[in-house]
Amino acid sequence: MSTFWGFPRADGKVGSRNYVVVIPTVVCANEVVDAIVRQAQMTRGIMHHQGCCQLPPDLTRVTDALIGIGKNPNAGAVLLVSLGCEGVDVDRVFAEISASGKPVDKVTIQEVGGVTRAIQLGTDIVRKMAEKLGSLQRVETPLSEFVMGIKCGASDATSGLSANPVIGCVADRIIDCGGTVIFGETTEFIGAEHILRRRAVSPAVADRITDIVNRMEHRAMSMGVDMRSGQPTPGNIRGGLSSIEEKSLGAIVKSGTKPIQGVLEYTEAPSGPGLWIKDCPGREIEVLTAMAIGGSQCILFSTGRGAPQGFPTVPVIKICGNPHTYRRLEGDMDINAGDVIENKRSIEEVGDETFQALRRVLSGQLTKAEAVNYTVSMDIHTLGPVI
Amino acid sequence: MESKKALKIDVIDNVATLLDDAHSDDIVCVYDKGGQAVATVASRSSIAFGHKIALCGMDVGTAVVKYGETIGRASGKISVGDHVHIHNMDSARGRGDLDGGD
Repeated sequence: MSTFWGFPRADGKVGSRNYVVVIPTVVCANEVVDAIVRQAQMTRGIMHHQGCCQLPPDLTRVTDALIGIGKNPNAGAVLLVSLGCEGVDVDRVFAEISASGKPVDKVTIQEVGGVTRAIQLGTDIVRKMAEKLGSLQRVETPLSEFVMGIKCGASDATSGLSANPVIGCVADRIIDCGGTVIFGETTEFIGAEHILRRRAVSPAVADRITDIVNRMEHRAMSMGVDMRSGQPTPGNIRGGLSSIEEKSLGAIVKSGTKPIQGVLEYTEAPSGPGLWIKDCPGREIEVLTAMAIGGSQCILFSTGRGAPQGFPTVPVIKICGNPHTYRRLEGDMDINAGDVIENKRSIEEVGDETFQALRRVLSGQLTKAEAVNYTVSMDIHTLGPVI
Repeated sequence: MESKKALKIDVIDNVATLLDDAHSDDIVCVYDKGGQAVATVASRSSIAFGHKIALCGMDVGTAVVKYGETIGRASGKISVGDHVHIHNMDSARGRGDLDGGD
């Protein structure tokens, strides 16, 4: 049986990392969070830019997103830093993360007497949480407890030929082990939705796929311009991708071949094992956040031109499809799927290397992005205007 | 001179993806996914690694096919060996410019 070594949580989930996660409940608390996480080991800040002066559906969305990030099993304990007057429902964030059984505390800047006092109090709380979490040992865990996130970014023409098929191979294998896989980037279904529809477990799921693609395409067309250069990006185009259809047909390969169980909204988590779609746009920071919200303990990220991104609480493994990029950016790329392009190894061989690397990363090995500390950028995708 | 390599992903594709940088008049050997050589075309311009070369002539409006699927339509006349990219093919999707937007 395939296993990994992870940190068991009170709700039965298992983390690949063991962080004290410090969450600003509004952008206005970010600088306090930044100061706190600098002062203690094993802590991560969630430096988003939302949480106030947004329409109610977006405030609900941000509230749910912060709950999802707090409940992610890579968080062993959570500190909320509130300003005190924001639109996010801080009490609900506190209650729902606490319900998962992990320690949660809160510092409210306006109540404790300002920024320096909040930093002082928060640092004390986080230090104690980290000391306690540090004694937790990893346990051997079946891969059925693993939720894999998938992302592709800075794609080129190799993405659909090497890196994405490699990820597809791993996705199939995780599902065969009883695990869960989430992929998204609805923009990159445009022109390939008919293929995904055929893999839906029911006509209702197939129709949901069409609905989210139509919704995303309409959003892209709403400014009355050709979406090209927004998607595909100038970098995609330099890499040989001429249209969103071409990008999409290469992108969906990363989801493998298994049936699609359902379509999740941005802040939803899968309700069972198997392959799931998460409705989100294609930009890195919002997609990686979507996967963390979905409970993912590790994300596989394919790239052709070379995307360096990590995520604060979830390790991100880079699978590089372009052999020239791999040689140029070896310090940021974990796996060289460019070997497929150069006929040195098969998709299955690189898939097996990736599967073994994934088990090691789930068990504690650092990714390249973690090693260089590229682990701060993130944001929450919202729908309406800031008002 | 050694010929340049390109990959034709599906049997019905009318473009292939360059796996080397090709220059004008280079001979490009086109392989299928099984590694069998299926065609030879002369490149009519410089075509970079990862970019597409036309395997047959296309009139304006012809579907450009890769992965066995339509990836757009020819927006200008395309000859065998031409570089196929945004200068001579258009996407059919996300075209708010044609639709007029909201």
